[in-house]
Amino acid sequence: MVTQALLILLILTCLSLLGSSRLSAYIRIVALQGLLLGALTLAVHAKSLSTDIVLLALGSTIIKSLVVPRMLARAIREADVRTAARPFLGYGGSLVAGMLLLPVALWLGWHLTLPHPVAGGLVVPVSLYAMFIGLFLIAGRQQALTQILGYLVLENGIYAFGVALLVDYPLWVELAILLDLLGAVLVMGVILFDINRDFDHIDTSRLSALKD
Amino acid sequence: MIALLFWIPVLAGLLAFLIRSDRLRRGLLVATAIGNSLVVGAAWIHRPHAIWSGWLALDDVGLLFLTITSVVFLAAAVYAVGYLAAEGHPDSRRDFKEGVLFSNGPESIFTGGLLLFLATMTVMSMSQNFGIFWVALEASTLASAPLIYFHRHHRSLEASWKYLMLCSVGIAVALLGNFCLALAASAHGHGISLEVAPLLAHAAALDPRWLKAAFLFLLVGYGTKMGLAPLHTWLPDAHAESPSLVSALLSGALLNCAFLGILRIYQVCAAAGLGSFSQGLLTGFGLLSMAVATIYILNQSDYKRMLAYSSVEHMGLLALGVGLGGAGVFGALLHALNHSLAKAMLFLVAGNILSLYQTRTSALVKGILRRAPSVGIFWLVGLFAITGFPPFGTFLSEFTILKRAFDLKDFAIGTAILVSLGLVFVGFATSILAMAQGPTDPGDPTARSPELSGERAPVSAAAPTAILGSPSISWFTVMPPAVLGVVLLALGLYLPAGLDHLLHAAAASLGGS
Amino acid sequence: MPIALLHFALALVLSPMLLSLTHRTKAFFAGRQGAPWLQPYFELGRLLRKGAVFSTTTSWVFQVAPALGLAAAMAALTLLPFAGHRAIIAFPGDLLLFSGLLALWRFAAILAALDTGSSLEGMGASREAALSALGEPALILALGAIARQTGQLSLSGMLPALTVQTWNQAWPVLALLLVTLALVYLAENGRVPFDDPTTHLELTMIHEVMILDSSGPDLAFIEYAAALKLWILGALMAAILAPVSPLPEAPALLLALAGMAGVAIATGVTESVMARSRLNRLPKVLGTASILVAVALLLIQR
Repeated sequence: MVTQALLILLILTCLSLLGSSRLSAYIRIVALQGLLLGALTLAVHAKSLSTDIVLLALGSTIIKSLVVPRMLARAIREADVRTAARPFLGYGGSLVAGMLLLPVALWLGWHLTLPHPVAGGLVVPVSLYAMFIGLFLIAGRQQALTQILGYLVLENGIYAFGVALLVDYPLWVELAILLDLLGAVLVMGVILFDINRDFDHIDTSRLSALKD
Repeated sequence: MIALLFWIPVLAGLLAFLIRSDRLRRGLLVATAIGNSLVVGAAWIHRPHAIWSGWLALDDVGLLFLTITSVVFLAAAVYAVGYLAAEGHPDSRRDFKEGVLFSNGPESIFTGGLLLFLATMTVMSMSQNFGIFWVALEASTLASAPLIYFHRHHRSLEASWKYLMLCSVGIAVALLGNFCLALAASAHGHGISLEVAPLLAHAAALDPRWLKAAFLFLLVGYGTKMGLAPLHTWLPDAHAESPSLVSALLSGALLNCAFLGILRIYQVCAAAGLGSFSQGLLTGFGLLSMAVATIYILNQSDYKRMLAYSSVEHMGLLALGVGLGGAGVFGALLHALNHSLAKAMLFLVAGNILSLYQTRTSALVKGILRRAPSVGIFWLVGLFAITGFPPFGTFLSEFTILKRAFDLKDFAIGTAILVSLGLVFVGFATSILAMAQGPTDPGDPTARSPELSGERAPVSAAAPTAILGSPSISWFTVMPPAVLGVVLLALGLYLPAGLDHLLHAAAASLGGS
Repeated sequence: MPIALLHFALALVLSPMLLSLTHRTKAFFAGRQGAPWLQPYFELGRLLRKGAVFSTTTSWVFQVAPALGLAAAMAALTLLPFAGHRAIIAFPGDLLLFSGLLALWRFAAILAALDTGSSLEGMGASREAALSALGEPALILALGAIARQTGQLSLSGMLPALTVQTWNQAWPVLALLLVTLALVYLAENGRVPFDDPTTHLELTMIHEVMILDSSGPDLAFIEYAAALKLWILGALMAAILAPVSPLPEAPALLLALAGMAGVAIATGVTESVMARSRLNRLPKVLGTASILVAVALLLIQR
């Protein structure tokens, strides 16, 4: 029941990402997703709670909803950008596209049968949906920062998939994944600073010197 | 011994960040490369035992890719000494393409990144566990991004951004693939741990539907890193904008290691009876990559980008070889070795040409043979080596793959390979021959500089630079490609029994012959 | 049938009480005494006793529209089941007629506003049209979702079919529907945060600005129809919020009335804690309603 609620909230956060135009709102929503995923970790394994699971939930919450959002928030403060660059598809269009992606994800997810079904069969479709939205943000948004956020949403979807379905994955692998994610965002963040310094903007559509 | 392979580059890499002296750091780089090669050589004589409860071990395929990585890295490390002597100091310099001022990144970060990059690729070739492989692949992206961004100007910034973004997405998709694999392994109640050996042993118990999903996601994810079309778009940019020795490492070592990840899951799929499904996908991606690369090579005015697209083409050929199965697998593995040597050599030579002529436009480079014979000769050797001319090793491996296609009566695929190879040869020959031959072009910047404008002769006649062509070219940057070229030629003439045995054993473990 | 008629009569009599209840709730939170409980009835009576004044620029449309609106609202009321009992009129697919009648009410109001030729009222009409264009799909989708969930095609079939059991099985769907209907309820009735019925600046109003030129019995009709609409949409929410199905007649009626009171009080609380939101944000809020109901619909498709 709680798991289901968390997953539905995850869908709604994905949709609100598509509709908002302020970078600080994006960061808040992604941080909220991190919080939801931490709670999801606990909720899925509520019956067999172990220190490993609690550690994982804590670690992911700290990284996904505190460390990374802080860093990104600092990035936009230093770059002094507030509103996102106009996307290819306007916000309304993005929302419509997001709504059209939802049935696709649900259909796909419901057709992939699970060895041991969890949480009313919502896990697979919702994690697929978050991945779709992440890819959509990376492809459709023109700002380095929004692309990082899209990448985070993509990772969140995969994390939801992994954490809810893989009960006996060793803990350290999950932690390594988290650390890798952190490292990736860190390096991206550094480059983001440089893009901002070199170009006075973080608009990747103007990163177009290299082509054939 | 495996622990040694892992810890040497890691510790050396961390040390490199701390060392202040440039000479000492460069010495450390070369010493580590030599040490690494020595340990790999020892592994050939005496195969080491697995460590970390079987997560890291050297099997036949792993040893092959580890050797390739080690050789290419040794060449790149020696080259780096000469390269850093010319480029290492962080003063600002003028960009040859747009004339903007830029500076290079700190040398300690570059060297440390190189060594950590080696460590991650070593782990990739040795890992038996799918999780470890994934972690190492992600780490290799992070270690190599600062290398691509060594020249701190906006084009390399763009290239490293694309590299990071696309590869991160690919790696995320690969993670999903790993999760699907874990689901497939736990489908029938008993969790099989995610190492290659137990997965192969219990292949029949894997859930085929989730295994298919796992293969697809891993192919797309690792294929991004390997440079398979249509997700290759980061590759030409990163290769063209990074320092040439980094391009050599990316093409010669990293792409192969990503391919190893695909080979591992392919092995599991084949054992689980999904051989034809995975082979079909590999063939499809392989053909697409070859087609895309051929088109871009034919119209390429930038010689480093041309080499990069050639990597896409050869990665397609590798995928295709495995997709054809049988002798094709042997051909693909042999080709991985040959291509790495040839491509690393070409990129290193291209670096020399770049520092001689200060341009990446093929049309502006003329008469390398006359101006710097030591560079020009190996540029020509590289042309014939990469396009698969006998007596080079590439001929043998490409021929093996081609023969497999015709043996299978797959005339469409065979013809496609032939057409692609032929067109690529035309593309390469027209630009490389024109670059190597002809009089030294008066249009090049060194010749145009005021004191030399009257007579071009002093440059090539001056005693120490007679063969090298320019003071910015040293023996450190000429010898590595030369040695690679000689090894490549030797491999074409004679395949040592030990190597032949290893290749056959590796191909057999992948369901080939 | 007699019970249905009784429910119909109850709605006619009690609907102005909802306004009063909301008003008293707001007064309580503001620390005021508030108007007497029967104030809405006094005002209706006062307006009915007055004569109507018609501007010379208006045509017959302006005079017909209030009556048409009231008729549409009352017709919609005949389709609405209450307290788990079927409505006076019920047939499969009546949920479309139901939303059509609500649309007719709005159509009449917009026509009347345009007919005055006043620029201010034209502006209000345009806002009303824009909001309803977004609110109506959400309402129809929500009714469709309930129909899909219960497998019934008539309002009288599907609303009583919602039980505590349904909450246990498909609570995410019902929760999403409830939020959607709440947003539609606030928008359609011109409540905060969509519109502020008590503001004094006509420029910012939607519903009130459309009836500036109406007077006397016409205005009474309009206000009464608005009260009925409050009852109608509130009853939809109450049916989800407080499923009465297995209960016998009398307790069911009490529970349903309590649900209505709850909705009215909740409205009052909302208006006390929220400010009216900027006009250009409203489409986003209503769009959210459509998205929520679409998510709910997709979740039912399982």
